[in-house]
Formats: sequence, C-alpha cells, structure tokens
Amino acid sequence: MITVKNLGLGLFFLGVVAFTVLPFLGSYHLREDLVSSEVKEIHREKVKELLAPMYGFSYSSTYSFLQAYHQQLDPYNEALKVEGRWEEVIWEDYGFSLAKAALQGPSRDHPLLCLLLSLGSCLAGGLLFHLAKKKEESPGGAFAGIFHSSLTNRGLLGILVGSYLILFYVILYWFPAYLVSLVWMVEPLSKLLSGGPASQWFLYGLVYTLAILVMGIRMFSKYAGNRYQQLRTASVMFFQTAFAFLIPEVLVRLNQPYFDFKNIWPLDYDFFFDYQLSTFLSSGGLGLFMLAWGCLLIIVAVPVFTYFYGKRWYCSWVCGCGGLAETVGDSFRHLSDKSLKAWKWERWTIHGVLALAVVMTSLTLVNYFSGFKVLGDLTNQVHAFYGFAIGSAFAGVVGTGFYPLMGNRVWCRFGCPLAAYLGLVQRFKSRFRITTNGGQCISCGNCSTHCEMGIDVRAYAQQGQNIVRSSCVGCGICATVCPRGVLKLENGPEKDRIHDFPILIGRQTIQLKK
Amino acid sequence: MSATHFVILGNGISGITFARHLRKGNPHVQITVISGESPYFFSRTALMYVYMGQMKWEHLYPYELQFWGKNRITLKQAWVTALDVDAKKLSFDTGEDLSYDYLILATGSTPAFYYWPGQHLQGVQGLYTKQDLESMEINTSTHVNRAVVVGGGLIGIEMVEMLAYRKIPVTFMVRESRFWEQSLPKREADLVHRLLKEQDIDLRLGTELKEILPGVHGKVRAVRTSQGEEISCEFVGLATGVTPNVAFLKKSGIKIQRGVLVNSYFETSAPNVYAIGDCAEFEYAPGEGRKNIEQVWYTGRMHGETLAANFCTSPQPYAPGVWFNSAKFFEIEYQTYGVIAVEEGDEIQDFYWEHPSGKIAFRMQMDAGGKILGVLALGFRLRHEYFDRAIREGWSGLQVISTLHQANFDPEFFAPYHVAIQKSFQLQFGVSFPLPKRSLFHHLFGSSS
Repeated sequence: MITVKNLGLGLFFLGVVAFTVLPFLGSYHLREDLVSSEVKEIHREKVKELLAPMYGFSYSSTYSFLQAYHQQLDPYNEALKVEGRWEEVIWEDYGFSLAKAALQGPSRDHPLLCLLLSLGSCLAGGLLFHLAKKKEESPGGAFAGIFHSSLTNRGLLGILVGSYLILFYVILYWFPAYLVSLVWMVEPLSKLLSGGPASQWFLYGLVYTLAILVMGIRMFSKYAGNRYQQLRTASVMFFQTAFAFLIPEVLVRLNQPYFDFKNIWPLDYDFFFDYQLSTFLSSGGLGLFMLAWGCLLIIVAVPVFTYFYGKRWYCSWVCGCGGLAETVGDSFRHLSDKSLKAWKWERWTIHGVLALAVVMTSLTLVNYFSGFKVLGDLTNQVHAFYGFAIGSAFAGVVGTGFYPLMGNRVWCRFGCPLAAYLGLVQRFKSRFRITTNGGQCISCGNCSTHCEMGIDVRAYAQQGQNIVRSSCVGCGICATVCPRGVLKLENGPEKDRIHDFPILIGRQTIQLKK
Repeated sequence: MSATHFVILGNGISGITFARHLRKGNPHVQITVISGESPYFFSRTALMYVYMGQMKWEHLYPYELQFWGKNRITLKQAWVTALDVDAKKLSFDTGEDLSYDYLILATGSTPAFYYWPGQHLQGVQGLYTKQDLESMEINTSTHVNRAVVVGGGLIGIEMVEMLAYRKIPVTFMVRESRFWEQSLPKREADLVHRLLKEQDIDLRLGTELKEILPGVHGKVRAVRTSQGEEISCEFVGLATGVTPNVAFLKKSGIKIQRGVLVNSYFETSAPNVYAIGDCAEFEYAPGEGRKNIEQVWYTGRMHGETLAANFCTSPQPYAPGVWFNSAKFFEIEYQTYGVIAVEEGDEIQDFYWEHPSGKIAFRMQMDAGGKILGVLALGFRLRHEYFDRAIREGWSGLQVISTLHQANFDPEFFAPYHVAIQKSFQLQFGVSFPLPKRSLFHHLFGSSS
C-alpha cells in the first residue's frame, strides 16, 4: 500500500509540474489575420495598424509577447487620454485573445496529451493516494495527525500550497494571458460541450469541478459509515458538475444565455446588472424563466428552505464555493480562528459586504429603469470595484488561496453576502439548531477545533446550550468529531430552540426556573 | 472592609465550575484559583488528542484567556506546601503566603501506583497531568519496539489508542477477566476485546504486573507478568486507577480517609474549608448505588455547581440525579444512563441487542416489575434528556422501547437502530406495540419531528 500511495503522490506531483510548466512552453507568432478575427470591428483597423511591427516575429514567452503588445498599444492610448478623447481609447484588453490566437506549442498541437499529463495525472494520482492512504490508516480516526502534518498545520508545505493557489488566482483574474497554453489543452472539451472556444473561465471551471469530484471521492472514504457527510458530499459534487459546469455550457450550445441555476444573488452579484437583465429580456421564454427563477430563489427558496433546514441546505449541500471548501478544503477546516475577536470582525465584514451588494444592486436597478439618466456611468465603476475587491480578490484569492493558512471558509465566513442573508434567516427564523445532549459534554474542544466557521461550539455545549449561530453552515463535523455523542444537527420546533439552562441535567438539588 | 476571599485549590473542572458559578451569583467576592500544574484550566479529558495530533495544547482551554480577567478570577500558578486552617493561610513553594476566608479544595486525583519494583524507572508513567503528557511525548520520542499498558480502565485504553496511533506495538495487560469489569457486562466487554484484536493490540486478560525490569541508564527494559512471562518493552503505561490527591494535606489536621471527608454540603472537618470533585470523599454515599468518592468529569462539575449555588442561595445538600457517563474505545462510543449491573442477577430483567456487525450494542435492565433501571449503548448515540426522564419517572421498559425513536441522537440519515432494537425486544418479551412509521419525507430530509 505504501508503494501505491507513493505512486499516487508521484503521479499527482507530475501532474502539478506539467500544469505549471505548460504555460512556459511554445512561442507566439502574431499575424494580421489573427488580429482581424480577434479584435472588435470598431478597433480592428487601428489595432491592425498598431500591431503591424509584431507581425513576422516570434516571441518565446508570454511575457515578451505581452510586452511587445503593450509597447505598441499603450502610447496610442496614453496620447488619447492626454487629449481627453476618451471615446477613442481602446479600453478592451486583447492580450488574452491575441496571445491565445498567436500561440504555437505543444498544448495546441496535442491538447489531449497535455490534458492527460497535467490534470489527468493529478486526478489519477490524487485518487490513488487517498484510496491507498485509507487502507493503511492508523487508528485514531479521520482527524488524528492533522497537527502533525506540515501541509495541514501551516508548515512549509502548507505555505507552499497556499502560495501556489494565491499565485494561480492572481494570474487567473488579472493576468489570464499567461494561461493561454493551458486554455488550449481544454479547447477540444469546450468545443464538445458548448461548441465555442475555451476561455480561462472554462479552464478554471473544469479544474474546479474535477477538484471537487476527486476530493469528494476522498470524502466518501474518509467518512466511511457517516451517511450525513457522504450525502452532502454527493450533493455538492452533483450540483457543481451538473449545475455549475455542464448545464451552462450546454445552454450556450443551444444559443441560450450562460446560466447557473443554483447561483443566487447576492453571491451571484451581477444577476441584476444591466447587461444581465438585457440578456434575460432578449432571450425569449427561457431568458424570462431564468429571471423569474433567480428572483424566486431569492424571495422564496432562501427563507423557506432556511426556515426548515437552516442555511446548510445551500452552504454545504448546493453551493459551489461551499462545495470546494467541503472537499478540497476539508483538510484545512481546523485552521479557522476561533477567537471572540474573529467573531466580531466576521459580523462587521460579512454584513458590510451584504450592505455593499444591496446598495450596488439598488443603484444599478434605479439606473437601469431610469434609462441610465440618474447615475450614468457611475454604476459601472461600482461594478468594477466590487468585481475587483469582492468578486476576485476576496472570494477568489483570499477565499481559496488562503485555505492552508486561514482555513477553508474564509470567504463564506467573512465575505459571502448570500451567507449573510441565509445567516440572518437562520439566526432569527429557523427550525435548525445543533442540539446539545444534556450534560454529556466533557469540554474536550474537538468541536471548536474542527469547526470551519470558527464557532466556539464547546462554549455552548459545555453549558448545555443549543448552538444557534448565523454562521453555522451545518457541515456536521462537530457532531462527527465529538467523542461523547453530544452534538446533533436537527430541525425541530422553534419553541425551546434557544435555551439557557443555568444548571445541566444530572442533579436534582436545584429546580430550574423558567 | 475588603471583599470575602474565596481561594480555590485546583483549576480542574470542579474548581473552575465552582469559580464560574460563584462569580455568576455574586459579583462582589474576591476569587483566586491556585494550580501548580497549569496556569489555565484545560480539558484533561482531551490530553490524548494532543498526543494524537488531533488538537493542539491551546485548543484544550475551554475559555479564552481574557475570560479570567473579565470575570475577575485571579489565577496563580504555584504548588501549595502547607495549609494552616486556624490562621486560614496557605503557603506556596515560591515562599509566598495567601490568606483566605473560604478555601475550596478541588485538587483532583493522582495516578495510583502499587509499589511495583521498578515503577520509577525511566519510561514508566501514568497519564493524568499536563506533565504526564509531556513526559509521554519524551518517553516515546525515541524508538519504542513495544509498549505495555497496565490497567483495564478508561485511561488504559486511551493510552493504548495513543500508542497505536504512533504505530507502536502494544501489550494491554488487564488484571480482571475482562476489560473495565466494574462497568461493562461480559458481552459489551467482549465487543471491546474484538475491537482491540482488530487493532492488533496484544490483549492479556487476567494478567497482573509483577515487576518492571531495568535496563541501562535507569530505563525500563521489560516487565514480568503474574504468569512469569517477561515482555520486552521500552515504555510502560500505568493506568491502574487514580486516588484522591490529598497527600499534601496530611499535616493540615483536616480529616482524611482516602479523600478529604465531607458531608453532603461539601464541608470538611475544618471551618470554612470545603472539598469538591475527585479529592472529596463523602461520609455517606450521596445516593443509592453511588460511590463515596465520585471521580468523573460530570460529578466534578455537579459538585462545583452545587457548592457555588449554596454560597449564592440557601444551602441544600448535594443530591445527584440519574447517573450517566460516557467514554470512547477507539472509534466506538459508549454511553450509559442509570444503573447497569455488570453481572446477571435474579432480580434483574436483562435485554441485550447487538448489531450483526458486532460493533453496535444496546442493553437495558429492568427490575422484576419491568421498570427501567438503566441503559448502556455502544456504537450509537442516545438522548440524555429522554433517559433522564424515563429513569426518574420510573417508566416501564416497554414504554421506553416503544418510543425509542425519540431517544435517537445519531446524526441525520444514520441507520435508525431503534427499529431493530424494538423488534428484538418484542421477540424476547413477547410483547407488541406499533412501530413508528417514517414517511418518505423524513427518510429523505431527516426531520426529527
């Protein structure tokens, strides 16, 4: 089993190396006809003219290609800005699409081989490793040893993995042109699914989905015999694969708007943006259905489902961010900050983001329905800011890149506006609670240690109180890790959901005063 | 006039529970907690998880460090060297003195060693204190070919699990004919034995430790058993029970037997001195079937609550309710409510059910009239409130079993074992009652009501 495990590790490592090296392979050859096909009509002639000096040259790296591109384009734009001719400035960044078109290299020539060597190898290696590891597991259960591992105890390995993830996200959001080589290797798959070319987002969606699937399978073996954990894992695997990845691609193939039917505003922050609304309104019956569906999710599904089951129905059963956190991030859940101070921070930041999203959306709608007369271009700037600061930096870079450093739910806990909305319902009008089993708590602290949301579960359990916290995503790990059977996630009557017994069960001297 | 000064000796669950509840009920008194072991209250029950890398030391603190200042509970780390009950004064190893108005002894237990030859060799230890955990880390940091754990109780099996986690081969030596004989009936003990075998633990039942043999540099080399066998080992865990930690009180004049003698108000023989938790010994057992020395986490907590309440309201004697306890043997959880007789008896009706996997079991005992006495569960979870009420109100066994679904405390979607238990009960006692139906909706979404 040790050899199988090492083989798995080797394969995984090989895949990571291939994935990391691919962007450095190949060269860029720009031609006039490529510019014609990639650049919008209004800019076409100008860009063709500006980039003419690049034709016929071979650029050996993405960096040198982009540098040349900017050398040609930037002085032109700068001059226009100085003269105040804003309408003529070429705001669009053609770096990614031109780099993609100009690339000549192995991933374009042999996409399937490259895909197999990188992602395929990671996939197979990861599966082999985890299945072999399960077989040779030493006693102590699923949680023993995490603080003895460099990867999961903020050791060197953890810092390296975190840095790699952060780097990946920074490149993905702000320097996607460096990924064109990787995008080419998923081009055939994109053609197969949507019929269109692959973008960096398609690559990201595929990697994301595969990661959830592989690590989801790991969850099945890690939590063997725990049907709650297995079912909710199967659920996030399904929703990610079908709803977030496949259905939107198929919709595009059918000439319908790209739409994730399980994404809910305000997590889906651009749902009410003008271009989205225009898309919905101009896409016939299905477009209108999407608009109505999205509104129903916000107005009906969130309060009703959260009333009956708590926010877990979404956060740890359906959501894509939650799906990644609960599978890929599972080994990092104990790294969340449990302090009172962190809780205070959390309440300010998460509700702050919710307020921001609500204000932004209101402005957008007012502007949209007034025909852009009230605020003009202002909403676009708000969108740009939110997209940069919240959508990319917070949710992506910090939310996932910091898994090995701050735990797997940083975004969900401190930033997600939908989690804030679900949390308000859960806290004030819900049947969900974590029940404490009478006086059985021994204050061991396993529950608090392994709570990904940083809830000090023990603080409640040792006093015999039920846990009713807006941030609880109902992952059920506290109940799983409890060595004395003290915690149970339940949906029950609202009466006595929150109670504060001064005295625990087990003694008769003092009668409870209600 | 300065505020009344409560000094609590020991920062375990009893002492800290007392301090917390006293502060809740009285904002004015001065509270000082003394401990030599650790500056802060920590969860002793979780020591094993630190060794197994499942938690870090700081996770053992049930309260954030700011808690103590906020609640004006002064913490002092020192060992007590002398107690003068007439002058109401404590002396510390640091040379300092401290006066009190009320002294609460909550000094817990200490591992009981029985004067085996070689028990002080390096590599031989118990597991109770923070220092024990640290020395276990050191004693097993160099290569250990085999470890021997002596004592078939809860600490013993914890040590076995800890060592097994570090992939150290373990011989588990139990004096009695079965594991935890005082609390587990034979079939439950057999279930645990099977579990130990599965984990490749070398279980020796009915075997006593005779002596511990020295090697070089004062280190342990081997142990000799009552059967005369010599087992080579580099580590010996002694888990042969605990005894009240009262040795330092011998000269104080306070009446001591095994523990500090107290009445049902936790008053000792000395004025203004009280004793709670593991170190207290009741003159009269606090209830039918209860022991004079109660040495579990839960009773320590109840002692602390009761005494604090007595200082805040009119004093009432300690009156524990229905007994309960819990533990975990490797991956198998154990819960018990009420009283379970470990040997068969004529006046007891016994009902036992075991899952075909051999890892889940349920026992209920009733008196001759069919009234519930107690239950014991292995491998699944039961609701405390349900059994507390059933036993307090003297339900019939039939009533308990026919509504057993209400007692289920396993996570949602887990196989509801109560159905199999109910069927088995019907078969054994020839009774019938309608089995609760679960709707498809409940099956799918696990709504508990």
